[in-house]
Amino acid sequence: MALRIIGCGNLDRGDDAAGMLVARRLRALGVETVGLEVIEQSGESFSLMDCWLGCELVILVDATAPTGAPGQVQVWNAHADKLPEDVFPCSTHAFGVREAVELARVMNRLPPTLQIYGIEGKQFSFGTPLSTAVERAVESVAQQLLELTRTMRDPAQITQNRP
Amino acid sequence: MSKQPTRTIKVDVLARVEGEGALYVKLKGDQVQDVKLKIYEPPRFFEAFLRGRHFSEIPDIVARICGICPIAYQMSAVHAIERALGVAIDPSVRLLRRLFYCGEWIESHALHVYMLHAPDFLGYPDAIAMARDHPVIVQRGLRLKKAGNRIVALMGGREIHPVSAAVGGFYKTPSKSALKELMDELKWALDASLATARWVSGFDCPDFEQDYEFVSLSYPDEYPFNEGRIVSNRGLDIDASEYEDNFTEQHVEHSNALHSVLRGRGSYMVGPMARFNLNFDKLPEVAQQAARDCGLQVPCRNPFRSIVVRAIELVFACHEALRVIREYEPPPAPRAEAIARISMGQAATEAPRGLLYHRYGIDQDGLITSAKIVPPTSQNQKRIEEDLWHFVGQVATRPTAEITLKCEQAVRNYDPCISCATHFLTLHVERD
Repeated sequence: MALRIIGCGNLDRGDDAAGMLVARRLRALGVETVGLEVIEQSGESFSLMDCWLGCELVILVDATAPTGAPGQVQVWNAHADKLPEDVFPCSTHAFGVREAVELARVMNRLPPTLQIYGIEGKQFSFGTPLSTAVERAVESVAQQLLELTRTMRDPAQITQNRP
Repeated sequence: MSKQPTRTIKVDVLARVEGEGALYVKLKGDQVQDVKLKIYEPPRFFEAFLRGRHFSEIPDIVARICGICPIAYQMSAVHAIERALGVAIDPSVRLLRRLFYCGEWIESHALHVYMLHAPDFLGYPDAIAMARDHPVIVQRGLRLKKAGNRIVALMGGREIHPVSAAVGGFYKTPSKSALKELMDELKWALDASLATARWVSGFDCPDFEQDYEFVSLSYPDEYPFNEGRIVSNRGLDIDASEYEDNFTEQHVEHSNALHSVLRGRGSYMVGPMARFNLNFDKLPEVAQQAARDCGLQVPCRNPFRSIVVRAIELVFACHEALRVIREYEPPPAPRAEAIARISMGQAATEAPRGLLYHRYGIDQDGLITSAKIVPPTSQNQKRIEEDLWHFVGQVATRPTAEITLKCEQAVRNYDPCISCATHFLTLHVERD
């Protein structure tokens, strides 16, 4: 079973780095040694759709737009939930994570299981540091995913064990 | 006499363009009173922070100006610096640069034709809605874009912000066998581009023509990418070193991007239509025939037909990529040596959206003393506003929502890259 974790974002734009930092933390925790693939991605739609091609189970982590609760983690099951329009910050030509999921949905190109973890950001300007709340959330999500992937190989189980 | 009602059409966030911009149109009755393409994305100051950097760093820094056309920025930079330092490149490197540019044109044009512009013509709000009814077509567009991505990834080391371009050549050049691995997909892409041209040629276009001054590069026996003189359909014929004698940039209050004009003449158009009209005879027969089959005539003056011209350029780029791969022999060295000297160099190359001018001053240590970059969207900005002045009058009697959609479509004819010059268009149509 191809199992892949994709961390999205931009390391130079403050809390937008959250997804990529989760990917790096999981690598540091050694998840790749148990056959899990960890990928870093900008979040550009078409590359994302290629990135999950052929995978049975994909977990995608990205920063979400501020609503006043920095560090808050939300999880969506792509098959069950339509992604809200205003949650994922737009990327180049406005094709980002939400567009990748919705385009893949209408074209039957979603992987059998796709979970999206959103970490709410606070600051997204160029050169700004990671906010404290997001730094804590990155570690928390990495530990959750580590635990999830250690104990489960069945996509249905992962879906049932959403935090 | 009854008072003429006034309407203001506002699009606060312009969608399906790169960067952040808005559109404002004011109508009194059916008469256009004002049109402003507002580019509010903040200035990025690239030219300022290039100063003091070593010339060898410039290709990697300018690649960061744009995620869609980084190769164009790299190519204009390396050519300008090579002209300053008197560096002659190997013919195989020249071929590879054409291939690199083919990759960028394929991915950029496929993205714009299929995902950004086609929904306008077919009446969909976006590509996702279009994909529900046309999944096979959208699939073709995505695969075509990926064919371009593969060229860029192979040549540039990665798909986004490539890192291989260097003053004098490349840091690493590919093997013949690595390039040949691209051929099957590019043969498919050539057929897919011809199918794309047939598809878009059937779109209904508004009956709208303007008397444009088209500006592009022209090279004796090639459709232009990296070299050539800057020419127009009104007699302009200059070397890139004369660019600033003939073009000037103007600040307008409503835009953070400068408006470029031809001195004493005003607005002009760069991009696919300009290249096509000025270089049709340089296109390979397969692209010329495809254009004829699509009903394109030279000159094409209807900007809404630019989607068909982009499809013809897709045909060209796929054909050219295959030609380069067949002819390629690896160069003796990946790059020629560049030695610092006090100098100034200018170059223009053809980005997917049009002419991209760079000028660099260099000191004896190889540090940049001055830099100037004029992106295609700055050059087209005034022309876009002028199109809208004339076009809005044609559709002024229609409901505001329809005018808004048509204006956005007219802006997208130019595939503006606001991040280069400045992500969204917001349109305001004001009517009382």
